Amino acid sequence: MIDLFLLLLLALTALAAVHVRDLLASGIMLSAYSLLMALVWVNLNAVDVAFTEASVGAGITTVLLIAALSRTRRREEAPRGYGRLLAALIVVLTGAVLVYGTVDMPAYGDPHAPAYTHVVPRYIEKSDEETGVINMVTALLASYRGYDTLGETTVIFTAGASLVLLLRRKKKEDDE
Amino acid sequence: MVAENIIRRVVTRIMVPFIQLYALYVIVHGDSGPGGGFQGGVILGASIILYTIIFGRRAARKRLPVLAGDIFSSVGVLIYAGVGIACLFFGGNYLQYNVLPFHSPHLAGHMGIFFIEIGVGVTVAAVMASIYFEMSNVDRGKQEADED
Repeated sequence: MIDLFLLLLLALTALAAVHVRDLLASGIMLSAYSLLMALVWVNLNAVDVAFTEASVGAGITTVLLIAALSRTRRREEAPRGYGRLLAALIVVLTGAVLVYGTVDMPAYGDPHAPAYTHVVPRYIEKSDEETGVINMVTALLASYRGYDTLGETTVIFTAGASLVLLLRRKKKEDDE
Repeated sequence: MVAENIIRRVVTRIMVPFIQLYALYVIVHGDSGPGGGFQGGVILGASIILYTIIFGRRAARKRLPVLAGDIFSSVGVLIYAGVGIACLFFGGNYLQYNVLPFHSPHLAGHMGIFFIEIGVGVTVAAVMASIYFEMSNVDRGKQEADED
């Protein structure tokens, strides 16, 4: 029941974010979308993901979108002509393919799903013993998948460094 | 982008230390509860951004100078990679925490994760803050012209 309610609200906020021409309102809609998504993750007992969604999706991303808006126009021009129809067609087709893909997926919460039978039992049984931390998600991210997390941290560092290189140079040119 | 409203200033001044304390809690508590370096780092970065929105870039840059932001961004990755290299020195594989010289392999694994979470948190917080610093680089007059 709560799943359907959250899904309905998600669809509504997503449509509203696409529909409004005011980009500030659109950014705030996306923030609300992320907060609802965080509730969905909590409902799935994925609190770590929910935490990330709430702090990154609903928090920082909104602020950064608004900061980006301060460098551009606030209102979006309404699209005209056949481009809209083509875009709608592509979106509907992609959506249909995605929905078709869910047909083959295992049932919601099925304990025999392939994702739960391969390495997950090992993590559940041994992660505390092997890594020394109680939180399985942290054990997975920091220890079993330590290389990936190092890669992610490097990606964030690279993103920050590139942005600093691009925008800071521009400021100096403006000063001259 | 300096807000003149005294309520916003006072509330921010009260809230920022608590937000930052919570961010530190999330970073160091990630091994036994929800959270971790990434989420805590984002919250820490958000507290700096909040301070910047209310008190302006100049005041915030006094607290977190450009150089400090750049150094923190890279120090986090360095801590993470450094823990990996330390593991190599103590005879393990890269990022094999349980060879680190602590009381037991169990504790060593825990401490390794603790340190890399701090590294992740430092980098994420500094990068989030400097992205905001560089993106919000608009003077007041131009911003008002855009809103018309």
